[in-house]
Amino acid sequence: MFKYLKQLTSLVAMVAVLFTFTTESMAAKKSKTLKNTQKKGFVRCGVSQGLPGFSNADAAGNWTGVDVDVCRAVAAAVLGDANKVKFTPLSAKERFTALTSGEIDILSRNTTWTLSRDADIGLTFVGVNFYDGQGFMVRKSSGITSTSQFKNGISACTNIGTTTELNMRDFFNSKGISYEPVAFEKADEVVAAYDAGRCDTYTTDKSGLAAQRTKMKNPDEHIVLPETISKEPLGPVVRQGDAVWEDIVRWSLNTMIEAEEYGITSANADSMKTSDNPAIKRLVGAEGELGAAFGLDNDWSLRIIKQVGNYGESYKRNIADTGILPDRGPNQLWTKGGILYVPPAR
Amino acid sequence: MNFRPKDIVPQLITVIAVVLIFGFFTYNAQINMENRGIDFGYGFLSQESSFDVQFSLIEYDGSHSYFRAYLVGLLNTILVSVIGIIIATILGVIVGVARLSPNYLINKFAAFYVEFFRNIPLLLQIFFWYFAALRALPLPQDAEAIFGIFFLTIKGLYVPAFIWQNFNVFFYSIVAAVIAIIVIRIHAKKVQESQGKQIPVFFISIGLIFILPLLSFLLGGVSLSFEVPVLKQLATTSFIYEGGVSLPPELIALTLSLSLYTATFIAECVRAGIQGVGKGQKEAAASIGLTPNQVLKLVIMPQALRIIIPPTTNQYLNLTKNSSLAAAIAYPDLVLVFAGTALMQTGKAIEIVSITMFTYLTLSISISILMNWYNKKIAIQEK
Repeated sequence: MFKYLKQLTSLVAMVAVLFTFTTESMAAKKSKTLKNTQKKGFVRCGVSQGLPGFSNADAAGNWTGVDVDVCRAVAAAVLGDANKVKFTPLSAKERFTALTSGEIDILSRNTTWTLSRDADIGLTFVGVNFYDGQGFMVRKSSGITSTSQFKNGISACTNIGTTTELNMRDFFNSKGISYEPVAFEKADEVVAAYDAGRCDTYTTDKSGLAAQRTKMKNPDEHIVLPETISKEPLGPVVRQGDAVWEDIVRWSLNTMIEAEEYGITSANADSMKTSDNPAIKRLVGAEGELGAAFGLDNDWSLRIIKQVGNYGESYKRNIADTGILPDRGPNQLWTKGGILYVPPAR
Repeated sequence: MNFRPKDIVPQLITVIAVVLIFGFFTYNAQINMENRGIDFGYGFLSQESSFDVQFSLIEYDGSHSYFRAYLVGLLNTILVSVIGIIIATILGVIVGVARLSPNYLINKFAAFYVEFFRNIPLLLQIFFWYFAALRALPLPQDAEAIFGIFFLTIKGLYVPAFIWQNFNVFFYSIVAAVIAIIVIRIHAKKVQESQGKQIPVFFISIGLIFILPLLSFLLGGVSLSFEVPVLKQLATTSFIYEGGVSLPPELIALTLSLSLYTATFIAECVRAGIQGVGKGQKEAAASIGLTPNQVLKLVIMPQALRIIIPPTTNQYLNLTKNSSLAAAIAYPDLVLVFAGTALMQTGKAIEIVSITMFTYLTLSISISILMNWYNKKIAIQEK
């Protein structure tokens, strides 16, 4: 009897030690950024200064767009309310400094994922929420229908501080065409100068061209040429060195895409809890302990889907219904002929 | 000489405080950058920049280094500052004198100009000149030739290019003329001091600066021809001019707005300077038999300049620093090219911003030193 008691005590002690260890590691997993965010009560998110469909503020100061929705999803996951986001509009030039200096915690600002940005300057890209490519816009009246009609001396308006400037050079150099780059700091001035006739063509990401076209004096006078001259995977970025925060942002985005794959929408999310498919049950928090890995509760993903919606809903609301790019192109699920493919949430 | 603690201690404390504050910020930045995995270093300056610039005074394209891109930006900043300072000075002097004119119309027009342009924020004026001018200017195919050789269009001002033969001979003839003028001036001064005779230096100088270069054309084998810009079609409604030299509208708009703005302040400096010379000076000068021209040149201006130069130096400095607003209208100055594109492509914010700040500091101090030297030269030398 006494012998058993001794064994029992050591078992209890072992369990207790194990338990303290797990709580200990849970606390350690709570990243500094996560802790600060929960203390402040809002997610600090860097967005563009106004790009319809991606991040754009209305007259009342409400932000909408697919980039905005990534930040809203993170807020829903870590704070329980998708509206608890503080948006900071940033120019292309300011964006990385704002992130690395700690002014914002997520940069979701149609930012292209490149090697040098990922490796060099203290940033980590967590995924892709829009597959884009650089294109050219010209006036319809110019009669140009393809980039093969570009001639020496063409002037091209664009933004400074973007991959656009570099791609443009690569493109014109490879074609052996001399060109005049006219680079502005803000997108609004690029549009104004191109619209006034300063440049023959306006070049940036195709989604950007489609969105800016809506701002022109007469949108019907302009066309976007069919050629795509670069790969521009756009996605959210976080500071290097906080692996848990990085995971939270990555899986908030992945949850939205995976939810669409399994047909979970903001409307039917609650009823999906009783689904027969374990993958669906895991996504809505009815099975498994997925949130614990980040130090979050188990309903984190359900809140994202209910408050923000799945990726398809976000795309439709912000980009398709606004007439910017009705066709999803590559930004369709892999099961439907697109290239949106995320690792399984399990 | 012995130092008393009372003299040294406060200064010592100040120095230590400044060093500590700078040390704290440097240390802090270092720790933060280390934590975030950001490297610090100027090695990127020798890397290939891989972006192009619209307008450059030296040969440059994306295959050159970031340092070369820095030079491109710096030279463009200096270019717009120098042109701006020259135009602003000429305009400022004219308007300043006009404000003292007894002619009502000239007087009031100058006053209106000063009050109008100095009271509108400069950035707005830059936007106005750029976008208003862009909207108003014709497309290349609709442009009317000015004197048959200049074309002012939305894509820029196209002027004929000079094509020189034996340019070096022409250049030497100008150098020779300048040296001759300096020699004559020194000689004229000597003659006046020893014999009281005056040599018409001004007219001789004008003659020399024209005749010597002219001789180089006639005897030195120098010839000059013009390459007039020709319209070229790029697409159905898209044209440019080829050949000749093209000045981008960004440069024109920026120079125009900077000079118009700064000229108002210089005009006020000039007016203050002239009004600051006592009336008795003019009357006294006239009473000893000087002509009105001599009164202005020998009595009024030397005294007025003492008042005009120091505040005008400030305006030159302001103009140079204000040229950094170029970034708003795509003129590739130091801020746009280096603290803009280069900063973005490399992510070296601290390095690039520090270089840029140091460059502006150097530019400003150079202007200051030059103007202080000039100020000292024209100051009254009490004997």
